[in-house]
Formats: sequence, structure tokens, C-alpha cells
Amino acid sequence: MSKKKDQEIDNLLYEQCLEELEQVVTTLENSQPSLEEAMALFERGQALAKRASSLLEQAELRVQVITGQGELTPTNEE
Amino acid sequence: MEDLPLFLIPQAALSVSDLNRYLREIIESDEVLRDVWVQGEISNLSTPGSGHIYFTLKDSAASLRCVIWKTNAFRLRQSLANGQLVEAHGYISIYEAGGQYQLYIDSLRLAGEGALFQEFVRLKNKLEAEGLFDPQRKRPIPPFPQRIGVVTSPTGAALQDILNTLKRRFPLAEVLIAPASVQGEAAPREIIAGLKNLWTHTVDLILVARGGGSLEDLWAFNDEGVVRAVAGSPVPVISGVGHETDFTLTDFAADVRAPTPTGAAMLATPDITELADTLRQYADRLNSAILTNLIGMKRDLNEVYTRLEHNSPINQVCSQQQTVDFLQERLRQAQRTQIIRQVGWLGTLRARLTALDPMAVLGRGYAVVRTQDNRLISRIAQVAVDQAVNIRLSDGSVTAKVNSIRPDEPTLRQGGLDE
Repeated sequence: MSKKKDQEIDNLLYEQCLEELEQVVTTLENSQPSLEEAMALFERGQALAKRASSLLEQAELRVQVITGQGELTPTNEE
Repeated sequence: MEDLPLFLIPQAALSVSDLNRYLREIIESDEVLRDVWVQGEISNLSTPGSGHIYFTLKDSAASLRCVIWKTNAFRLRQSLANGQLVEAHGYISIYEAGGQYQLYIDSLRLAGEGALFQEFVRLKNKLEAEGLFDPQRKRPIPPFPQRIGVVTSPTGAALQDILNTLKRRFPLAEVLIAPASVQGEAAPREIIAGLKNLWTHTVDLILVARGGGSLEDLWAFNDEGVVRAVAGSPVPVISGVGHETDFTLTDFAADVRAPTPTGAAMLATPDITELADTLRQYADRLNSAILTNLIGMKRDLNEVYTRLEHNSPINQVCSQQQTVDFLQERLRQAQRTQIIRQVGWLGTLRARLTALDPMAVLGRGYAVVRTQDNRLISRIAQVAVDQAVNIRLSDGSVTAKVNSIRPDEPTLRQGGLDE
């Protein structure tokens, strides 16, 4: 997997990861890809699952307050 | 007779019980007293261990004894206190043992709520007629909201409940709090401003929330402006106002009504533990799918390889080899035959050659005569008298000199010599 692709995966939202992972798994289950394609799909799927699970593990609720002027102020919610 | 005073007519006296029962039956059969709202101030409040509640309702000139049985008491939305101005609903009857009529209360609200409730109903009918609460207006809640807006009091327990729930269920989200009073005169304006503020910050979803309270406390969420803002929100709205039993017009206008602020946060988000389960299932499916694929490919490969082996050029080569071997054998056979034949032929030739060997003739007495310069002499014209000639015999040579030359008689030449 190229570096560019890795970076691209790091930018995916959880929902996007899950959606693509679903597609990858379904493709792998229902079609008969070539070995090269199958391995690429598998690696992509693994990367997506890894990304999604690290998103879940590292997630920390970010809380911001909108001021009267419509600006955002982060709060320290602990 | 008819003009006689009543007391002179002999009549049995009623017992007190009879009288009170009689009065009770009269009172209880009265249409008005059977279903009545009474407004007054609570005093002499008593809440004994039995669970029943006793108090007196007063105004400036009169008082009324009241009872709330335990079965009704636990349904009260607010706690009672002396001095509270309330509107109580129930029926009037007589407590026969005490000889007192009293109000048996089945529901109770703070004074003014009656008017509020009428206003609530009026506004609800109006907005409903406009179609603001139509089910087909309701939008689905996004399953994975990235940014969740919250309009609520920054100091209320509702906000803490919401934040705790979001943190626990879906910490991937970002929360934007639009602080607003949720009670009092400024509340409607601030709630609407909060909504509008959130619309400009591209949130996926808005929670409008407030903890429980009386109808009056929750009134801001029945404000026409607020209800219209919620109904017109470009972003889906979940309302979580009050407790389970509280309904506000905001609830009707929202895309989803949650019973409490915590409930709103739950309806807004997926549960992270379920997400982790889903993810694990996908990972398992991914692994077994690649395995199935690889096993299938291996099987296909084996099958093709077997077919390949059957059609291998090695087999062709082997069969060609056999042909070659066969041909070679035939060739060798042919060669051998040929050689044998050649050898035989050679023998014949050699025999014939031997027969032609001039030297063999010499053995029988013939001689070969040559000139000194080794030219064969076969005619007399080739020699002259006194010329030296070489004579080859069977076992050597001699040199001789021609003494005379004599040509043959013609007949003699004719007879000729055989070999």
C-alpha cells in the first residue's frame, strides 16, 4: 500500500471507513476477484478496519461553546 | 292541617349517620360538585406516613378541606408547600365521621397553568392545522453525526446528562453548545438565537433540551417562535424537554421527541460498544472472505495445473522421442543391412578386382614392357632397335635391349590373346 493511500485512509471519518469496509467485504465475499485484486481488497479492508477501530479507541468528545458573537470556544470538559 | 307548623307533625328523628349519609348522597349526585376545579392557597399541609395528603385551600374569606389519596398523590408533578397558589380538581363529598365536606383531589396544578394549558391547546391546534407537526415532515436522524449542536442552559443538569451520554456512547462526535436560558422571558429569544447560531456552524443534528419542571417552567418550549424555528430547522432536531410525561409543542415540531435530555443524546448517537462489535464482525468477515478466496484460487490453480500436466509438451516430447527412437532403430537396422550388403558387394568387387590385377597375370607368365621413361609398350611402333626397355615379371624387373622388330601376321593378330 502506497504512502499516499495510507494518508488518504488517515483522513477518513468513521462512517466512511465503515461504509467502504462494508463494500470491500461484500465484494470479497460475492465476486471472484483476481489474486492481485483480492489481496489489494484485503489489505484495504484491513487498513480500513484498523483506522475505524483506532478512531473508536482514541475518540475523545470535543466540546465547544458558541459565544454570543457566534464564535467557538473550546471547553475543558473533564 | 296543611297550615300546621312542621315541628308539630310527629316524625322519627334521623341519626347523625343517616343525616350525613343523606347529605353525602345529595352532594355526590350534584353535577357541578362531582367535577370541579377550585383555586386557592395551600395551608395546614400534612403528609403523614400513610401516603395520603391533607391540606386546606384558602382564599381571603374562606377555606376548604382537601384530601389527596395516596394513589393520586404519587402522580403529582410538583411537591406541595404551604402558601402555594394551586388549582385543584376533584369532587366534593362528606367525611361522615367528621361531619365535614371536603374536596377529594385527583389532579392539581399551579395556579395559572389552567390558562397556560388552554393557550397550549389553542396553539397546538393552530400549528397542527398548518401542518407543522405532520409526520411526513420528520427527517431521519443521521446515524453517525460528526457535529452535534446542543441548545440548552449551560448550567443545567440537562447539559451534563447530554455530555455524559455522548461521551459514553459516541465520543467521535464534536459537540457545539449554544447556551440559552430555558426558562423565563428571555428564553424563547435565546433558544431561537441558539438554533440559528448552530445552523451557521454546519452541525449534523441539534438537540434542544431542558430538565423537568412545571408547565410554566417548560413554557418557553411552547413559544410559537421557538416551535416554528424548530419546525423550520434545516438540520434535524431531537427534543428532550422535561420528563417522560411532559409534552411541549417543541416535542411535536421536532423530528424526534425524546423523553428526557439523556434520551435525546441516546437517540442522537450510535453506541460505541455496538460499533466495536460491528467492526469486529466486519474484520472477521474480511478474514474469512480472503481465506475463502485464497482457498478457491488454490483449488482452481491445482485443477488447472492438473490439466496443464495432462497437456504438457513433455508428454509430446516423450511421444516424439519414442518416434525418434523407433526411427533411429529402423535407421540402424537399415544401416546394418546396407553395410552387410556393401561388404558383400565389396568382396565381389575385390574378387573381380583381384582377377583384373595385371600382376596376377604376370604370375602366369605374362610380362609388362615399359620404356625407360616408364610408358607402357603395347605396339611395335613404340620401340626401335637397340632401344632399352624395362620388363616387369611376377617377381621383379629386367632391362633388355630390342634386337629386332617384327610385325605380326594379320591372321595371328586376328586370333588375339584371351586375358
